Formats: sequence, structure tokens, C-alpha cells
Amino acid sequence: MSPEGSEGGNQSLPRRAFVRTLLGSGFLGSLLSFFYPVARFLLPPPTSDFSSDEVVAGQVGELKNNTGKIFRFGSKPGLLIRGADGAYRALSATCTHLDCTVQYRGDLQRVWCACHNGMYDLNGRNVSGPPPRPLQQYEVHVRGNEIVVTRAQRS
Amino acid sequence: MPIGRNNGSGKPLRAIRGALRWLLAGGFLLAGTSLWAQAPNTCVDCHSVLDPPQKVTTEQFVTDIHAQKGLTCASCHGGDPTKDDDQAMSKAAGFRGHIKRSQVPELCASCHSDASYVHKFNPSLRTDQLSQYKTSVHGQRLAKGDEQVAVCTDCHSVHDIRPASDSRSSVHPLNVASTCSRCHSDAAHMKPYSIPTDQFAGYSVSVHHEALVLRGDLSAPTCTTCHGNHGAAPPGVASVENVCSNCHAFQAQLFDGSPHKAAFAAASMPGCVTCHSNHRIQHPTDAMLGTGPQSVCTNCHAQGDGGFKVAATTQEKLTSLDAAILRADELLDRAERSGMDVSQAKLSQTQARDALTKARVSIHSVTVDRIMQDVQAGSKLAEQNLAAGHQALADRDYRRWGLGVSVILILLTIAGLWLYIREIEGRSGSRPV
Amino acid sequence: MLGRLRAWLDERVAWNEIAGFLAHKTVPLHRFSYWYFLGGITLFLFGVQVATGMLLLLYYRPTSNEAFESVQYIMTQVQFGWLVRSIHSWSANLMVFTAFAHMFSVLFLGAYRKPRELTWVSGMVLLFLVMGFGFSGYLLPWNTLAYFATKVGTDMVGQMPVVGHYLMVFLRGGEDVTGATLTRFFGFHVALLPGITTLLLAVHLALVQRQGISVPPAIDAEWKANPAARRDMPFFPNFFLREMIAWYVALGVLGALAALAPWELGAKADPFAPAPAGIKPEWYFLFMFQTLKLIPAKLGFIDGELVGLAAFGGAGLLWTLLPFFDRQGARFGRKWIVGAGIFALAYMSVMTVYAYWAK
Repeated sequence: MSPEGSEGGNQSLPRRAFVRTLLGSGFLGSLLSFFYPVARFLLPPPTSDFSSDEVVAGQVGELKNNTGKIFRFGSKPGLLIRGADGAYRALSATCTHLDCTVQYRGDLQRVWCACHNGMYDLNGRNVSGPPPRPLQQYEVHVRGNEIVVTRAQRS
Repeated sequence: MPIGRNNGSGKPLRAIRGALRWLLAGGFLLAGTSLWAQAPNTCVDCHSVLDPPQKVTTEQFVTDIHAQKGLTCASCHGGDPTKDDDQAMSKAAGFRGHIKRSQVPELCASCHSDASYVHKFNPSLRTDQLSQYKTSVHGQRLAKGDEQVAVCTDCHSVHDIRPASDSRSSVHPLNVASTCSRCHSDAAHMKPYSIPTDQFAGYSVSVHHEALVLRGDLSAPTCTTCHGNHGAAPPGVASVENVCSNCHAFQAQLFDGSPHKAAFAAASMPGCVTCHSNHRIQHPTDAMLGTGPQSVCTNCHAQGDGGFKVAATTQEKLTSLDAAILRADELLDRAERSGMDVSQAKLSQTQARDALTKARVSIHSVTVDRIMQDVQAGSKLAEQNLAAGHQALADRDYRRWGLGVSVILILLTIAGLWLYIREIEGRSGSRPV
Repeated sequence: MLGRLRAWLDERVAWNEIAGFLAHKTVPLHRFSYWYFLGGITLFLFGVQVATGMLLLLYYRPTSNEAFESVQYIMTQVQFGWLVRSIHSWSANLMVFTAFAHMFSVLFLGAYRKPRELTWVSGMVLLFLVMGFGFSGYLLPWNTLAYFATKVGTDMVGQMPVVGHYLMVFLRGGEDVTGATLTRFFGFHVALLPGITTLLLAVHLALVQRQGISVPPAIDAEWKANPAARRDMPFFPNFFLREMIAWYVALGVLGALAALAPWELGAKADPFAPAPAGIKPEWYFLFMFQTLKLIPAKLGFIDGELVGLAAFGGAGLLWTLLPFFDRQGARFGRKWIVGAGIFALAYMSVMTVYAYWAK
């Protein structure tokens, strides 16, 4: 509450207009600065579904038989493999030895880790080399044109 | 003074034994342990109350794999466990008594090398233990009359033998090193042999021990992995690298293609062990390169020679890549804490770290061009991710700029309200406090 | 045009009566008048919570599987999601603070006295509801801190005799804190508590309008001695314009906090991981938490924690019934209440600071 000066009575018209303009524009401007973010918020972002347990790993036809591809699952890499028989498999691509990213070797039909020569079979089982544990398996479904990879629900 | 030897016992001892038997009968009724105890076993009756080394108890036998398969004392020692006293330990009953150390391998092999017999119990058991043993240092020395060396029972124990797959067995991978060290770390025992006794001490602080015992990774090596078990012999200087390369294939490949291969052979220096040691293998660090105090390169190379330069260059490249990755990590963490989404960049960081790991393997080629392939791949990624971090922080700053705008508008509104209040109160005359 | 609209409304809902009442509403002016803003600010912050809460509801998913990820999505993918969420979290804390400040200012200014006892009682229940909002909302992001804070909090409820276990199972939706707890807390936070709060708020505000703004006893005495000294300010437009300034300042503070100190998300809750060291509840529960930590395990033959809970329960009940102790000629008069207020304020402040400092 500010102490008021001895300004009793009417103020000059230009002064009053200034105050009204200031108040009006400030008020409108501040309302806009509140409603602009709200309006942007209301419209869903480009990736409308975010489930961390499901991701589109690729398109049908993108992978040839007996090849693999690294895709992103949250912030970890996953490996999508199209076997020689055309079937899709998906595994975690983080090697269980020292966390390097594995790759698919079509010539060996195995999953291979380039860092220390670790080998896994197509089910993720560690079959040779240093890896102490198998790779986590994911489920793969083909939905229309998309290859969708999901992982098991955690409670 | 042990009592009850196989050839003859005096009358006074008979009285003592009689008394003991009564005690034991009572004890047996109370204990009633395993099925092993169901058949009359006069051997254990006495031997369970004797002092060591004759002491053998039912508790021990319960755990023994031979006993579980139906073998008895007589299977190895002869004699007759169903009879009493002298008849039990008579020559007529085939009693062999205490087995001499030099006879132990042949005794064990009498079953374990008989494939048709052993395969009745477990068809996948090996039957070459004795022939392997004869090629080992232990076997060769035993043949020359040295009874101090290890025989079957020293490692496998005797009356409480567990299969090697049992984690309580003295020959389970987790326990092998302590079993070997019983002799090999005993300075007094090893005195006649003039070999070091620090292997176990070194191994215990090695990465292999850490992997095996602390992380439970049974694929990690223990003594027998590199030295063999029954055919135990240390690999010679020229063949150490072969042993290591069974697991460390890349490093061996790179080494074979490097100038070090010929140079080491010429100087009779073992591959791998020269820089990494054989038992006390520590976690390799970037400090092992270069020309600093912990460098292994300077053991041979001196200022001015080509290798010295390569050492310095590779260390510099690796540490700068490490630093670049760390810088990007820190920036991305900062951005993430500010609420920005950097998951794509963080994923790419794992690939940069992969490149660094590969670079640390490729140093075994000691060729700068080969090493730089991996280093450059990693550097490129680290740079990209650092840029992504900067972008994220720029986005964060944009938010703050937006905040600034709205704060200014708010302040304008507040100013407008205040002036408006002054105006209307000037008019109406009511005085605000 | 406005005149015609007004006439139209008046024929249907007696608009002129309402407008007339509001036009004549005044606010007493004295050296303590600034404290009158606190109630309005709390109401404003509640409005902010409702608005940002409804926006968050467009994206939040209340299952243990997706809750954390949905909040992460809001913070990183949704346009200005970070702003809405941070404002919601900051405003919640500010609201608890202003609610407590409002309660204490009403106590010290004696605005609870006859005829305003019911206003005080409804206000105290609203305060408990606000703390309930805080407790239930805290779990919703399903991060480590929230999970364990909820576990500890509901554990303490379970300590109460007789009803404790049933109450705990009711709150948790089971024996342990699980996804069922999350669903339940979500229901409390967005439906049950808002429903009850809206009703009670309507009652509280209606009572304030009906009874007018109270004058503190000291000022009242001054004005009785010198009637010409009395000052009042019309609510519309004068006080209301000032309140607008206060609300705008609050908005500015919220925006600045959201942009400069965004609310952390932490890591997703892992029920199987051990509780992180130094887990403690949000600051407005700290004074109770610290008190319980200081009470010895056993007092005589009674469990120490139980004594603490009983003490706080009893204190809360007495506090709600405070106005009934300040009657003319009663033993526990105004002086005792002011003394109790100072003690409570000091105790809560000291305990909160101690809890932070003690780690």
C-alpha cells in the first residue's frame, strides 16, 4: 500500500490514457504469455506415444535376410535381426561383459561383440568368449508396415 | 602312538577296544546318520574315535562321492568291514593299510583309468588323468622318487571327496587357487625347488581373481586354466602368448602382426607376460602407455627411439579421447538436470565409449595408424555429442529468455495496476495505508 | 450493452443483489492489513494447481509401469511441459507455505474469535486437505524419493493403535506400496480431495463474505477509543487491484522458479532396491519426521513413535478447536493461544531447519 501524495482530484487525460494503455497492454501481453505455452501444451508432440516398453524398430522390407540393425530403445541400444529364414528377433545390444554394443554377423549367424570377441546365439545366450550372461530378449511383432519391439513389463 | 595296526595287537588293547565298542554302539544308536552307517562297518567304528591322521568319521563320509556311489573303505584299503578286529584287517581279507604317497596315483587310476568301470557311474567322465599326470612336473618328479610333490589326494582330498562341480570341493574353480597355494605358497615346502612362491599372492590381487571370485564369472581363469590340472606344467616363455590368446584373441592377433612379436622372440621375452605379468595381472590403465613412471614401454624404449615416440603419441591420443568423452558426458548431464531431453546423445556416448575400448585393444599393434582408426571414430562421436549438449543448453537458455519476456510483461502489468490504483484513489480520496 | 446483460441476469439470479453486496464489501485498513493478502494468495495458488493439474492430466499415466515415463515425456517431449510440471510442483510447495502462513496470521490477529469459529474449523480442515494433496501428489511421478517417502509415511500411519493397520491398508491399497497405491493416491489427488476441498472452500469463502473481514483486538481497541481513526478500503476495486498485484508477483515468482530451478525427476522407483540413505519427506512434514526421530524408542512401556503420533494427533485436534478456548472469562484465554502460536511456529521452524541440517 503506497502512501499517496496530495494528488486529490482528476489527473490529466494523457496521463490517464497512458496508465490505461500500460495496464491494458501489460495485462493482455501477460495473458498471452500464459496462454501461448498452454496452447502449445495442448497440442500433442510429434511422438505422441512414449511407452518405454515399446518402440518401432524398423519398417518391413528395410532389412534383408540374415542382416541386423541397431535401434534405439529408450536410451539403450537394441539389435533387430532378420534371420536367414526371414524371421525377426530382437535383443538388447549391450554386451553383458563390459557394455560394448554388439552386432549381427551374417557369416557366423551369431551375435558378436567386437570388443573382446564375445559370441551370442540368436536367442541371446552367451555361447563363447567373456560374456557372463545372456542378452535380454525382446518380443517382436509386425504391425502393418512397422516392426514393433516390446520388452517385458516390470511391476 | 597309533593303536590297532594290521599285524597283531596285545591283550591289554583288546580290553580297551571292548570298552570303546560299547560306547560306540550307544553313540551309533543315537546318531543314526546316513545309509552308509546302516551296514555294519567296523572300520569306522574304531577309526572315528582315533586321533588324526587315522581319524575318519561318518560325517566326512556322508559328503564323500565314492561313499555315495556305494564304495567302502575296503574298496581302496582292502580288508573286511563286516568282520571284527584282526579279521577285518587281515592279509587274508586283502588289507592294504595306509597307502604310500607314491602308490596313490596308481591306486586311483585302478578305477579311474578303467573306462568300462568308470562309465558305469558317469559315462562322460575322463579316464586319462593318470597318463596326463605322468606328463606333469608333479608326475615326473614323483617317478624320480620325490614324495613331496602333489598326488591325487593332495588336491582332491581323500575321505570327503566332492565332485569338481560342487562349490565346496577343493577343486571347484573358485577354490583351485587356494588348493594349489597350500604347497606353492609354502616357502618351507617349496625350498628344494627354487621356484617363486608369490603366485597366489599375485593372483589374489589380479583382475582374473576379481572376475572369478568377486563377480562370480566362472569363465575367468584360475591356476588350472593356464597350467592344466592333471598335466600341470607351466607354459614356457615361447608359449605363454598361446595360452593367453585362448581368451584374449584380438590382442594376440594384433600382437602377432606387430613389430613386438619378432623383437620379443629374439630377446626370449614372453609375449603378454612381459608387460602384464603372469599372476599379478592388474587392470590395465592408460598410464601403462606413454613415458611416465607407470609406463611399461620405457622398460625397453628410451628417449629418441621410435617406440618411445609411439608410446607417447598413443597415450596422448587415448587420454584426450577419454577426456573428450568425459566432457561430453558432463555437459549432457548438466543439460539433463535442467530438464532437457538428451537421450539420443547419451546413446551415442555408449558408442563413443565402445570406440575407446576398441582403441585400448588396438594399442597391441603398436602402430599409430591402426590405433588412430578407433580413436578418430570415438573422437568424432564425442564431438557430435558435445555439440548436442551445447544445443540442449541453448534450448534451456531460450526458455530463460522466454521467462524474461513474460517477467517483463508481468512487471508492466504490475506497474500499470499500481499507477491505476494511485489514479483512482487520487480521485475518490480514500487514502491507502 | 453491459447494462442490458446485467438486467437480463438480474431477472434470473438477482444479480444486482450480489453485485450490490460485493460493491459494499470493505477491508479494514491498519498496520496489519498486509496479512489479509495471504488467504487470497492461497486461493490463487489453488487455482493455479487446478489449472496446471488439469493440463498434466492430458498426458500423465497413473500406473507403476508408465507413471515415471509419462512425467519424463511431459518434461522432455511435450511443448512447455517442463513449465507446466515445474509450476505445478513449485506452486504446491508455495501453497502449503501460504496456507500455514495464513493460518498463523489468523491466529495472531485473532480472526478466529466469535463469530468466526466455523471459518477457523473449516480452514483447519482445508489445511489438512492441502497436506493430503501434497502427500498424495508427491507419489505420482513414481520416482525413488517418492516411493520411499510414501513407504515411510504410510508405515507411520500403520503404527496407530487399533485402526492403524486398516488405515494403512486402505491408503496403500494393500499391505505394501505398489502400483495399487499409485492408482489409489491418484484417485485421492484428482477426484476425492478436490471434491471435498471445493465444497469446503465454498463454505469457507461464503462464511468470510457473510461475516466480513475481522479486525484484530489491538486495532479494535484503538478504534473504539478513537472512532475517527478508523479506515476502511472498498474491496472493489481498491483492495482487489492490490490483490491482483500480489497474484501477479506470485505468477512471476512461479515462472522464474520453473525456468531457473526446474523440478527434478530423479530415477524411476525400484521397489527391490534398498532405500537410499537419508530418505526424508517433503519439507512440510519434516518437523513431525524429526520429532519422531528424536523420541526414544520406548517411553515407559509405550512405543515412542506411538507417543509422537498421539501427540501430533492431539495437537492437531486441539488446534482445530482453538476458537472454543478463547471465550470471555475462559481460563485458556487469548494470551495462552498467542503463546501456543508462537511456540508452535518456533517449534516447527526449528525442527524443519534441524532436519535439514542433521541429514
